[in-house]
Amino acid sequence: MSEHASRRAAPRSPMAAPRSFLWTRRIFLTLLTAFVVLPVYVMVSSSLKPLEDVSGKFEWIPSGLTLRPYVDIWETVPLADYFVNSIVVAGAATVFSVAVAIFAAYAVSRYTFRGKRVFTVTVLSTQMFPGILFLLPLFLIYVNIGNATGIALFGSREGLILTYLTFSLPFSIWMLTGYFDSIPRELDEAAKVDGCGPISALFRVIVPAASPGIIAVAVYAFMTAWGEVLFASVMTNDTTRTLAVGLQGYATQNDVYWNQVMAASLVVSVPVVVGFLLLQRYLVAGLTAGAVK
Amino acid sequence: MTETAVAHPTEPAVRKATPGEARAPRRSGRRRIALPYLLLLPALLLELLVHLVPMLMGIVMSFKELTQFYIRNWGEAPWSGLDNYTVAIDFDAPVGQALLKSFLTTCLFTLLSVGLCWFLGTAAAIFLQENFRGRGFLRTLFLVPYALPVYAAVITWAFMFQRDNGLINHVLHDQLGIGDSPAFWLIGDNAFYTLLVVSVWKGWPFAFLTVMAGLQNIPRDMYEAAALDGAGVWKQIRHITLPSLRSVNQVLVLVLFLWTFNDFNTPFVLFGKAAPESADLISLHIYQSSFQTWNFGTGSAMSVLLLLFLLVVTGVYLLLTSRGRKTSDV
Repeated sequence: MSEHASRRAAPRSPMAAPRSFLWTRRIFLTLLTAFVVLPVYVMVSSSLKPLEDVSGKFEWIPSGLTLRPYVDIWETVPLADYFVNSIVVAGAATVFSVAVAIFAAYAVSRYTFRGKRVFTVTVLSTQMFPGILFLLPLFLIYVNIGNATGIALFGSREGLILTYLTFSLPFSIWMLTGYFDSIPRELDEAAKVDGCGPISALFRVIVPAASPGIIAVAVYAFMTAWGEVLFASVMTNDTTRTLAVGLQGYATQNDVYWNQVMAASLVVSVPVVVGFLLLQRYLVAGLTAGAVK
Repeated sequence: MTETAVAHPTEPAVRKATPGEARAPRRSGRRRIALPYLLLLPALLLELLVHLVPMLMGIVMSFKELTQFYIRNWGEAPWSGLDNYTVAIDFDAPVGQALLKSFLTTCLFTLLSVGLCWFLGTAAAIFLQENFRGRGFLRTLFLVPYALPVYAAVITWAFMFQRDNGLINHVLHDQLGIGDSPAFWLIGDNAFYTLLVVSVWKGWPFAFLTVMAGLQNIPRDMYEAAALDGAGVWKQIRHITLPSLRSVNQVLVLVLFLWTFNDFNTPFVLFGKAAPESADLISLHIYQSSFQTWNFGTGSAMSVLLLLFLLVVTGVYLLLTSRGRKTSDV
């Protein structure tokens, strides 16, 4: 983190901190760290154990290490296929969601028009719908669109992309609107004086200025699509299955290959965790601009 | 929506509606009016297709006898009036009883989970407010549960809670000697606590992230003024930090509540399709009863009841918290 951010986030005077505060902080943060790290440690250590070891009593320190699970995970289930499906679905959902959100946020931030409040309230309130409420109807809509037009939405990647991009849309629009609001209007007014139309003002002035917010929204959209389970379990078939569902394939009737489950969990987590941790400061910045006003 | 249509000069209906002499200047004016609607159009269509139309359809479906025979042609399913609702809320019959049990479980679970997530997130954010060595590292580390895909994290917890080869029983039974025999964590009454632990682990970093963002907006001189007045750190937290977070908390608690109450992913990955009764959250319950029996009508009625409950709670909550804000802040 830059010097700027740490200065801003450290407003309290350190001289005033008494012992009780320092000790509470130390104990609390230690316990919390242990709580957070525990599953990560189990995931990493168990993914390096042979199958006998993860089937017997748990061992804190692995007695034998092997990379075998990382080879086997690709054989036990078609993990590579699931990976491709997840990347295509989450990637496409992210690109479209961000694009749609940019236009919508531009309208909400820069224009006054009738129905604006209805729009923002409606879009935000969709966040509170229980997924289960529109799972069943959406399932029927996709099946019936398929029957009527031949466009396969049910069971296809396209259907899942369409669904996921809408999931991240409300939050994305809300956050980008906040971000766009924080960009001075004089900037796009100046561009318009120079002969830019509203759309080119958006892309030449606002989008570059709001790029941290746009990155944050993209991270959010990708994570939403990458981690969704409910719709993935209903709306996919054998060829379009995503990681969210595919990971359950390591459990057979008789046995669970726990070492492979852990190895696969780690492999599917690495892209999002690394991406998120690299970009998280944008998310905090975006939240600050968008949410906390 | 009418403005959108008017913006296209080629449409015959527009020609008729626009008087000839005023056409040119008015068209450009109307185009300006239409622009925001055009910009919103993609978002609007998507929201309609994936959220709003399905929701309305769900409400319609809840009044129909929609069994598996009508899946491909749901319009032809016979109307059944309020039958689905009577089945869902007949608390003397098994279906209604199970729904009520699941609802109460979800309420208790949500209360505990939101409370703990809020507490851990707020405490961690406040403790990391001031700079010290390792602060940046901890801040990144604490976001890992949020960044991990739900299924990967939850499946790891499921492994840890296994009876015979899990870490939890190894620590509790083998190392600390608690209990005569290793406990079951994923079935029976213990499953509730398992679900709570996993849910808090997964959910608190969001509270942390949000509160952290909120803390950055508290002006530094407020702390300086308080320090000059002799207020110590604890006093500053109680009288400056926590009150300043009120508007952040208003949104945060609501969002946590809605997410936790509707949570499907955690119990689904943790327990599979059949959650133990003690951890049978409402979303999973509705999913199960819909897809097990293929009776989408009753499932929709339950979903509508859930939505109504959430609407009422959200409405009351916003009313109460906004009023509180008006009197204290303004």
